[in-house]
Amino acid sequence: MDNLNHLLTGFGDVLTPLNLALALLGVTVGTGVGVLPGIGPAMTVALLLPITYGMHPTQAMILFAGIFYGGMYGGSTTSILLNTPGESSSVVTAIEGNKMAKAGRAAQALATSAIGSFIAGTIGTMLIVLVMPQVVKFAISLGAPEYFAIILVAFTGVTAVLGSSRLRGFAALLVGLTISIVGIDFVTGQQRLTMGIPQLADGIDVVVVAVGIFAVGEALWVAAHLRHKAAEVIPVGQPWMGRSDWRRSWKPWLRGTVLGFPFGAIPAGGAEIPTVLSYMTEKKLSKHPEEFGKGAIEGVAGPEAANNASAAGTLVPMLALGLPTNATAAIMLAALQGYGIEPGPLLLTKEPRLVWALIASLFIGNTLLLVLNLPLAPAWAKLLQIPRPYLYAGILFFASMGAYAVNAQPFDLFLLLALGLLGFAMRRFGLPVLPLIVGVILGRLAERTGRQSLQLSGGDLSGLLGGPVSWVAYGVVVLVLVWPLLAKALVRTRRSEAAA
Amino acid sequence: MTDHRPSVMTGVRDRAQFGLCTALGLLGVFVLVDASRIGAASSSNDPIGPRPVPILLGVLLVVVAVLYAVDVARGGRGEEEAGEDVDLSTRADWKTIVMLAAAFVLNALLIQPLGWVISGSVLFWGSAFALGNRHHLRGLAIGIALSLATFYAFAIGLGVNLPAGILQGIL
Repeated sequence: MDNLNHLLTGFGDVLTPLNLALALLGVTVGTGVGVLPGIGPAMTVALLLPITYGMHPTQAMILFAGIFYGGMYGGSTTSILLNTPGESSSVVTAIEGNKMAKAGRAAQALATSAIGSFIAGTIGTMLIVLVMPQVVKFAISLGAPEYFAIILVAFTGVTAVLGSSRLRGFAALLVGLTISIVGIDFVTGQQRLTMGIPQLADGIDVVVVAVGIFAVGEALWVAAHLRHKAAEVIPVGQPWMGRSDWRRSWKPWLRGTVLGFPFGAIPAGGAEIPTVLSYMTEKKLSKHPEEFGKGAIEGVAGPEAANNASAAGTLVPMLALGLPTNATAAIMLAALQGYGIEPGPLLLTKEPRLVWALIASLFIGNTLLLVLNLPLAPAWAKLLQIPRPYLYAGILFFASMGAYAVNAQPFDLFLLLALGLLGFAMRRFGLPVLPLIVGVILGRLAERTGRQSLQLSGGDLSGLLGGPVSWVAYGVVVLVLVWPLLAKALVRTRRSEAAA
Repeated sequence: MTDHRPSVMTGVRDRAQFGLCTALGLLGVFVLVDASRIGAASSSNDPIGPRPVPILLGVLLVVVAVLYAVDVARGGRGEEEAGEDVDLSTRADWKTIVMLAAAFVLNALLIQPLGWVISGSVLFWGSAFALGNRHHLRGLAIGIALSLATFYAFAIGLGVNLPAGILQGIL
């Protein structure tokens, strides 16, 4: 009941004309930028960070909530109308969505995606209201050793569960952790890895890292391999659905939501796994399995709902623990840190109005999105035809502006270019980007909690072990790390049994 | 996708990956050297001090670099990232990258003396040119329009730090 009151206060904070205008601006700009090819939700948020610099944190959060869901929705429009999606989370949407579009059912694909996103987003946000305060209650009792162990779970989760090569994931994580320790040590005041450069003494700003890796890195990567014949855009009218489309969509929406939310809340790769699971479930349960692969509406409805529900799920660990489980959440945390707000279990106690205003604006943004996107889809589709030189020049332009505005020093622009080249190399060699960003964001926190735990034990390593919560956490870490070896051994024993 | 097919079958192995391993290893060595320079500043309220973390990271970086090199030598290959506008069948276009980096550096050098409106326009026009835009006037016009719009909206409207430079007083 208490939460409901808080939420109502949150709505009260958001429902002012100025804040509603900000929410509308957020969803419009978020969708517009998200629709642009090559720009996914994470990059949308990174590029739009500077808009919020001059604002009050609450207003910034209202804007972000809109950008967050808007960017997600924009990404799925691109994958339905263009087919080659940039986000791993919209890959599944593209399978059936683009087939539907080619068969002249683009309007229905966009409609089921918009309405499914709305339903999943709304249910997901309600679940945040229910679950998040409980997680905070649990988290607030955690000591430094437990918190340290949970951060290690996040590190292992984003590196080992996601992507195809753990080795490459760990390489990315280590580079991110190394970036995070650049600057003055918070306890002793010693300079680390600053090479005597005064601008590095305060550390490397997370926003600069995020913009460099996501925006500049991506723009450089695309520039090096620019498709000279632009991909074909499928024209679309006003999205709508017939009676049979509704009948075939509503169950996949709900099932997708159920699959998506929990996966978003754990550090296991955000929307990648639940969208695939949802697709497979719908294929199995469908009365029209023969349509799968040729444009089945269930194959759009389910994964799209799963995608949005998992986005909502990521906000639980982000708000309750300060742990990012996907790239977009990572950048939103970076934005919070930019306001001098320390994310973590105390966030809800220290900044209750901010948190509840954010949640309230998620509801509002989600509704605005539905109202806005059904009529505006044809206009969004036009954005796909923007000439590529202008598009990528624009990305570099906004990236430079955002990175400069953080500290107003040209040094950051050189840093941005260096990080952009790092992002380029990572894309070239198939190193995943998420572990790096998570490493940068959580590196200092991991070190601080680790050192605090050792301080309690007087330097004895047993101090890291802590209580039952950290034992479970370490158990999870070991299990995730050992799993492939275990799986291999299992397969081998089974094979030898079969041979015998 | 780590691909363990022997290199004989795939023909060319992606040797550039060894460069990345070397870079990771060098980064690890650099972190270790830097850590050795830090004074042992441990105290009773911080028994481990600022050194162990960089030492741990340095060692892990070197270990991962070696394992990575082993993986590459056995034919492992990282999957290049695909995307809407990415055509992986072509070779990397280094000329574009160099031109983009030049436009970027130019912006970094010019932003304080000349101001964002000028340096931003140059950045936009230069990047669009590097990416194949040959409508110079249109590119420049869009660049100027964007920098003016962002300057007024962000620097003046929202108080974001963007320098006016030599146009101070005119804008």
